[in-house]
Amino acid sequence: MQRAGRRIIDNIGFMLAEGEALVVSGRNGAGKSTLLRALAGLLPPSKGAISLTSGASEVELAQNTHYLAHADGMKLALSVEENLNFWANYLVGAPDPRSLSIPQALSIVGLTHALRAPFGALSAGQKRRAALARLLVVYRPLWLLDEPMTALDQASRARFAQAMRAYGAQGGLIVVATHEPLGFNTAQELVL
Amino acid sequence: MTRRSIAPLWSLFLREWRVARRIGGSGAMGVVFFLTFVTLVPFAIGPDPNMLARIGPAILWIAALMACLLSFDRLFQADAEDGSLDLLHLGSSPLELVVIIKCLAHWAASGLPLIIAAPFLGLMLQQEPIALGGVVATLLVGTPALTLIGGIGAAATVTVRRGGLLMALLVLPLTIPILIFGVSAAEAASGGSIPFLSPFLILCAMTLAAFALCPFAAAAALRYLGE
Repeated sequence: MQRAGRRIIDNIGFMLAEGEALVVSGRNGAGKSTLLRALAGLLPPSKGAISLTSGASEVELAQNTHYLAHADGMKLALSVEENLNFWANYLVGAPDPRSLSIPQALSIVGLTHALRAPFGALSAGQKRRAALARLLVVYRPLWLLDEPMTALDQASRARFAQAMRAYGAQGGLIVVATHEPLGFNTAQELVL
Repeated sequence: MTRRSIAPLWSLFLREWRVARRIGGSGAMGVVFFLTFVTLVPFAIGPDPNMLARIGPAILWIAALMACLLSFDRLFQADAEDGSLDLLHLGSSPLELVVIIKCLAHWAASGLPLIIAAPFLGLMLQQEPIALGGVVATLLVGTPALTLIGGIGAAATVTVRRGGLLMALLVLPLTIPILIFGVSAAEAASGGSIPFLSPFLILCAMTLAAFALCPFAAAAALRYLGE
């Protein structure tokens, strides 16, 4: 994997089956975010291949992936509902029964009361929770999470860990780059 | 296109439109700049009605071009900063269409108000009704091309902090043909040696060419810089 002409990650390989999670850890600057961007299809690997298969057929990486990085991807001027509604409409492929409605997703992250609040008026933790709700309003089989717990309080962390376990139970794959314990012990680990 | 492929683009258009309306920056600022520029002209060159009538279409066009330029630099940068640009890559719509939709929404929010304001400001420059019609028609056809060309500049400078100046340098030379044919068609509308239609049709052709080419250039720039 190269970025700006510099080799960042070398010789990694992993395989996840349905419902499994991978925790990527490593010192700052080790290339965790670069790896996640490559998995999202935003950065072509300089050697090797990344593939996502459903049954026997390979599926498009970008359209089946949720990517959550440091930025929340929300417009400050719009309400939480408008932001989520936009992403729900924009990211949706085929309708899937596992996609939740916006109120359902917000109740899972504990943000129901902020439905109509402008995104810019939320606190950092609330913004993060709204961004996590985006993962729930459109079902996609792979979540790529870059430090998802930043700014979250204890209760929200527990709630999100619960949501991740429920997602795994539906067969979803999770690759998460983090330094913090996530609250599930079945995950594979990759140290960069 | 099926309904499923249009729905994401329509929701993108609505989002862009709402953000532009609510922040109230680009559209209103463009019109205020337009107004200021046109108001200053008679003070600078004197109130001679014949002179103003002659140079009016050119002044209106230059003012519209400048007002458009002012609003471009945030076109993709705002999305890059809040992380939504990365997510726009992950939809089912090709990035080229995303660029077109963003440009259209930007044009509707900041180009259209200029066109609506142009006839009123034209009155201050002693324009005849037929000349006003010419200016409005040429702006209506020409400003989408300006927005699309601006889209290339905005995409190419998306990672540059305070990239406004660099973007103006990139974009201005490309807009010169639009300006030339826009002004000559607008002037031909109020009489002159050339018929109105010939420069006007060339202007139409340039806008269509911009629609066909600019989205690919802008999307390529966004893909490259996204890496």
